[in-house]
Amino acid sequence: MDIEKSTDELVVQMRSVTKRFPGVIANSEVDFDLRKGEVHALLGENGAGKSTLMNVLAGLYKAEAGSISVHGKPVNFGSPREAIEAGIGMVHQHFMLVPSQSVTENILLGLDEPRFIMRLPEYNQKVAEVAEQYGLHVDPDAKIWQLSVGEQQRVEILKMLYRGADVLIMDEPTAVLAPGEIDELFNTLRSMTDQGKSIVFISHKLHEVMEISDRVTVLQKGRITSSGLNTKDVSRADLARLMVGREVIFRVEKTEVQIGDVVLDVKDLEALNDKGIKSLNGVSLNVREGEIVGLAGVAGNGQNELAEALVGLREAIEGSIIVNNQDVTNKPVKLGIRHGISLIPADRAKVGTAPNLSVTDNVIMKNYDQKPIARGWQVNKKEAGIYATELKDNYDIIVPTIDTSVRLLSGGNLQKVILAREISSEPKFMVAVQPTRGLDVGAIEGVQKLLLSQRESGAAVLLISEELEELLSLSDRIYVIYEGEIMGEIDDGDIDKIGQMMTGTPLEQIGKEGVN
Amino acid sequence: MADISVKESAPKWKFPFKIKIENRVDNPPKWLSPVLSLSAVVIALLIGALVIWIAGADPWAAYSHIAKYSLGSWGVISDTMVKAIPLMLVGLACSIAFRMKLWNIGAEGQFFLGAFGASMVVLLPVLPMEAPKWQFILVTAGFGMFFGALWGFIPGFLKARYNVNEIISTLMMNYIAIEWNNYFIYGVWSESGFQMSRMFQRNAWLPRLSDLAKSWPFFGGLTTHFGLVFAIVAAVILWWVLSKSRWGYEIKLIGDNPRAAEYAGISIKKNIVLVMIVSGALAGLAGASEITGVVHRLQGAISPGYGYTGIIIAWLAKLNPLAVILASILFGALILAGREVQPSGIPTLIQGLIMVFLIASDFFYRNQVRITRKVED
Repeated sequence: MDIEKSTDELVVQMRSVTKRFPGVIANSEVDFDLRKGEVHALLGENGAGKSTLMNVLAGLYKAEAGSISVHGKPVNFGSPREAIEAGIGMVHQHFMLVPSQSVTENILLGLDEPRFIMRLPEYNQKVAEVAEQYGLHVDPDAKIWQLSVGEQQRVEILKMLYRGADVLIMDEPTAVLAPGEIDELFNTLRSMTDQGKSIVFISHKLHEVMEISDRVTVLQKGRITSSGLNTKDVSRADLARLMVGREVIFRVEKTEVQIGDVVLDVKDLEALNDKGIKSLNGVSLNVREGEIVGLAGVAGNGQNELAEALVGLREAIEGSIIVNNQDVTNKPVKLGIRHGISLIPADRAKVGTAPNLSVTDNVIMKNYDQKPIARGWQVNKKEAGIYATELKDNYDIIVPTIDTSVRLLSGGNLQKVILAREISSEPKFMVAVQPTRGLDVGAIEGVQKLLLSQRESGAAVLLISEELEELLSLSDRIYVIYEGEIMGEIDDGDIDKIGQMMTGTPLEQIGKEGVN
Repeated sequence: MADISVKESAPKWKFPFKIKIENRVDNPPKWLSPVLSLSAVVIALLIGALVIWIAGADPWAAYSHIAKYSLGSWGVISDTMVKAIPLMLVGLACSIAFRMKLWNIGAEGQFFLGAFGASMVVLLPVLPMEAPKWQFILVTAGFGMFFGALWGFIPGFLKARYNVNEIISTLMMNYIAIEWNNYFIYGVWSESGFQMSRMFQRNAWLPRLSDLAKSWPFFGGLTTHFGLVFAIVAAVILWWVLSKSRWGYEIKLIGDNPRAAEYAGISIKKNIVLVMIVSGALAGLAGASEITGVVHRLQGAISPGYGYTGIIIAWLAKLNPLAVILASILFGALILAGREVQPSGIPTLIQGLIMVFLIASDFFYRNQVRITRKVED
């Protein structure tokens, strides 16, 4: 073991870096070291501050406090360009490429050379040489739009290598890749470290971290929970615990409710995401009357796709969705609404409401064509007004008048508008996606109470959340989803098991050694 | 941000007021929108006056000439209305589409196809030469609306099915429509080689006020035609649909947030096609009424860009169908009497300026400007 190497081996040193955003501390006194020739994994849940920390290193953000040195020299980057000049390059989750131009043109973009005439054949040659050196197979002459996502990622890496980066930050590089491409990426990363490059690998996927990294640093809510552990010395379960944390869970008052029949029954559901990649891979779950069932998982593991498929906003390519013994698979959204399916969408402003319309127009969104608000072909303005006033009073929506545009409402009040609308339709089955995200403590409590009242009135609730605390305190059972598959179901609130399932270990395999 | 203030050593005098621009935190007052529209018109007229003055003419004389020859007597008021009728219908066509943020720039083409449809009734002929007038009124209007609707349906369908940008497709279809008509003007229905069809027989003409001159001599010589009834009825129906009906609510919801509409179970694709059909039909009706009420034959150059002026009118009226009527009369006056001042030039300039200021005025709708006295500190 050679943990204490001399400092000249340290390519990057970050010391007590603090970065604030309005209202949040993204990084609090974070230390981070990167050695020459290593793959250093940065592990943490969504919002733990991994990307922020690396954006500081790559010159995109400026830290409020702390110091950074590269190759022993203190630096203070004002822009990504300065970071690149110091040899630090970042490959972002969302690629920054011009689709209509060739690989070489994209790589040369923004460089001083060539100056006036492109001389593409010559530079094609140069790009091909760099690619060859690191085993990055890509045709320099191909247009970006012709390339697969994996190939585009290689272009991004190549762009950084061509600019002479010797530290490469990869922000969740596997999120967009197919399994085969992931192996290829790992080979590339290894060949780069063999040639003396250093790599920061940001991820929340434990098995990948275990496979590729030499050392691992874990962040939780902006703080380091463990720094620079040798990967081979830790187990997956340890990392899961470090990542998720153990906290005092405050229990919400929950009354005993008679659990009834199965309301939602999903079998082997498969669906594609917006990019056409399969993001639900045979999901089966059920929710019964008078039950809140939690769905835990790190963001982007298929939760949104599941929620959309359940209400009919996304096509199911396989499997079935039964609500109250009615097959609603791939049925119109409106039919689902009539069958008592309700959704609290994750994005309140972009999906849940129409920002420039009034409170009234927003609360009648789902029953404007039902009596008494509909009168023949008309919308009965008077009835709509009475209805909106009633909801405003019952749900305590704080707003000057019901004619106010909802874009002027606070997050908590906007969520109340949505909840008022959804709950007053007396749903039999409700999907709530991140219902308390971004709200203050008081509003969170209000939303949670409303969800519990739904449970007491006999509705079936599927609660999709990244807040484990919330899931544990509200849910009767919890499913864990990982890469579009259900890893298992827990009804005793075992946070260790949930943590391991969230990072990709199926329930049956937990506890068996040698999983690593 | 660094404060770019005058250095300490600079002279003591400072501008005593502070101008602050901030996002509105509550709904803008109801009167703001019409006031902004009116201001846009006034500022455009002022700049127009400035240009006239620089050119060495008397702006006051020019404007009073415009006013006199567009609204100064019953005769010219009637002529102004004749110009305003197609603008009203085309303005309505744009209003319904724009409410859904569907940018139908193709009212011009839909207008031409409407003119074609109406001509077809007379020239093909669909109705016998000596059919009664009321039949001609209904059938020419119906055919005009049908062909206009067809010209709206095509880009609507392409947008709904293949996500083809409607701005491009509607604009390009304008040229196809014009050439389509030309084919019939130069070829099929050409009257002995002239670039126009034969004159329609009298019973295919829309009734005019002057037709009533026998019983009411007052109407003698007034050319305002039955299209005005079409326009006003259409405006009232559209106003009802947009502000009272369930469909109007759907259009409003899709216009503001299509994803929310989808989530509420409203079909966006279906509504794109429907709105384009209605929009096209209204513009087609404009073409039909222009042909049967004013031109009385199919020929080229039947529109001095009505379809494009309709866009400005829709914005000036803030997409309110009833306000479209007023805005159209204003533009009717500008087109009619403006031509007496100068064939193009200034009147077109004023139209363009109105559009520019309307778009710019949106800034005041979204932001609040506060002027406060600077406090010495």
